[in-house]
Amino acid sequence: MKALSAYPTLLRVGFASAVAYRTEMLVWMLTMTMPFVSLALWSAVAAEAPVGRFDQKNFVAYFLATIVVRQLTGSWIVWELIQEIKSGALASRLLKPIHPLVVYSAENLSAVPLRALFAAPLALIGIASGGAALPRDPYVVAAFVLSLFGAWAITFFVMTIVGCLSFFIESSASILEVWLSLFMVLSGYLVPLELFPGWVRDIADVLPFRYTLGFPVEILIGMSNDAAIARGLAMQLGYGCASAALALALWRAGLRRFGAFGG
Amino acid sequence: MSSERLGITVAGLHKDYRVHRRKSGMWKTLGSVFRRSYETVAAVRDLSFTIEPGERVGFLGPNGAGKTTTLKILAGLLHPTAGRVAVAGHEPRLREHRFLKRITLVMGQKQQLIWDLPPGDTFLQNRAIYDIPRASFDATLKELDDLLGIGPIAEKPTRQLSLGERMKCELAAALLHRPDVLFLDEPTIGLDVSMQLAVRDFIRTYNERTGATTLLTSHYMDDVAALCPRVIVIDKGRLCYDGALASLVQRIRPDKSIVLRYSHRPDRAALERIGTVTECDDAKAVVRVARPDLREAVAHLLLDPDVSDLTIEDPPLEEVLRELFARSAAGQT
Repeated sequence: MKALSAYPTLLRVGFASAVAYRTEMLVWMLTMTMPFVSLALWSAVAAEAPVGRFDQKNFVAYFLATIVVRQLTGSWIVWELIQEIKSGALASRLLKPIHPLVVYSAENLSAVPLRALFAAPLALIGIASGGAALPRDPYVVAAFVLSLFGAWAITFFVMTIVGCLSFFIESSASILEVWLSLFMVLSGYLVPLELFPGWVRDIADVLPFRYTLGFPVEILIGMSNDAAIARGLAMQLGYGCASAALALALWRAGLRRFGAFGG
Repeated sequence: MSSERLGITVAGLHKDYRVHRRKSGMWKTLGSVFRRSYETVAAVRDLSFTIEPGERVGFLGPNGAGKTTTLKILAGLLHPTAGRVAVAGHEPRLREHRFLKRITLVMGQKQQLIWDLPPGDTFLQNRAIYDIPRASFDATLKELDDLLGIGPIAEKPTRQLSLGERMKCELAAALLHRPDVLFLDEPTIGLDVSMQLAVRDFIRTYNERTGATTLLTSHYMDDVAALCPRVIVIDKGRLCYDGALASLVQRIRPDKSIVLRYSHRPDRAALERIGTVTECDDAKAVVRVARPDLREAVAHLLLDPDVSDLTIEDPPLEEVLRELFARSAAGQT
């Protein structure tokens, strides 16, 4: 409960920090623009005839929505954790009477307003393209907001898990590379999942990647029905809880091995 | 209340690190991909001591002696391999929030201030994290401002502050919650002499005002001599000495140095008849004399009309410690 009362201040200070690091953040956000490349490719393909349910306008809406959702749900805790565990800088967080993951989460979430500012023009272009059937039903809007939080939570805890591996191994960053490679394909980041063969879609449906990106994007551009939304939210809840539990278990085990090196 | 309830108790503390060993060279590097060899290094061995509430204690030892490891165990950052530790009635490794609210660890080479924001933002963040009531926060901040003069610098980005200004703000950030126990690891490292004095004065005043138990490590012996009536000395993880600083000096170096200033070059042979001459040049000489012989030696030296000034000094603490570590290595302590 004490952590909750501290949270608004953590968000306020985190926002001030995000503003101070705005240039670095802008450059980092620009590294997430890979979907523009996909957009160019798939638009060319769809110029002749629609691909599945996607015509050119749908591709514009899909990939811009992908960028917007990724901006709003991204987490960089993994880099901070790896660096702070290896350098021993984590020590100053451990000395405070609040769980460091609470502080990390506030630092991540407090950057969302700036990221939203960056994403807003893309969202407007996506809307203007006419390829998106933006949700008007309050249930779907609420589901979209929930799915964004679910996507962020899974991403945050998975990144925490990878970061916590630094307590045990020296090369946890390479595990992140593996995660990102699978994410690119199985989340719908580079290719809409419904354009894959059925067996790939079946695999993507049960893995966590889709629920960190593709699922909210599909809700946003009106490509999900009620049943798919309910199932997707349930999957997010499951993966969110599982990743949180694993992250906390790894955190506790890792702290016993933490050397607090340096200084 | 017992000292264990509020002070610090360390009993049979042992801490091992598992260290990966690899020889340099391409083949050794490739070999380590398949087979890694580890070595267990004992950083702290069977260390025991007790610190009463409100005491200021210097924690001394050469580099790698285990001082910082011990401090980190006491602050709950490291788990001991064996032994029992109690700080203010808590077991540090559990890192209970009630415990963390009662301690602080200031590491001269690490910082908690947010780099690109003014220290004032870190203070506000700490107020929220430590759940400090506004009135108490304002009063403590004012008190810290009076002692440290942080008012004008608390609104500048941390990255634009000098090292000394940063350390003042680090101390303020670390003490806003009014901890009962202070662990200070090289708090004056890298600071210029005037800033060292300011930080030293601040630590003494804070201890006297609040009665906070203070354990300090420093390579600046002036810090220790000025602040710590008692010292705990460790070497290679083992306890070498625990007691009054003055007693350590007397035990290791039972002599005093007489520093003499001359109007012209002194007679070295005459001085050697009084004691051991450690320095002798055109205008100055230093003679080491056993404490029981001091009065007689001074009386004799003052008879010399060429002596323009005479002072009596304890041997430098650095020399005392060097001697102590040498004896420790030879198994004589």
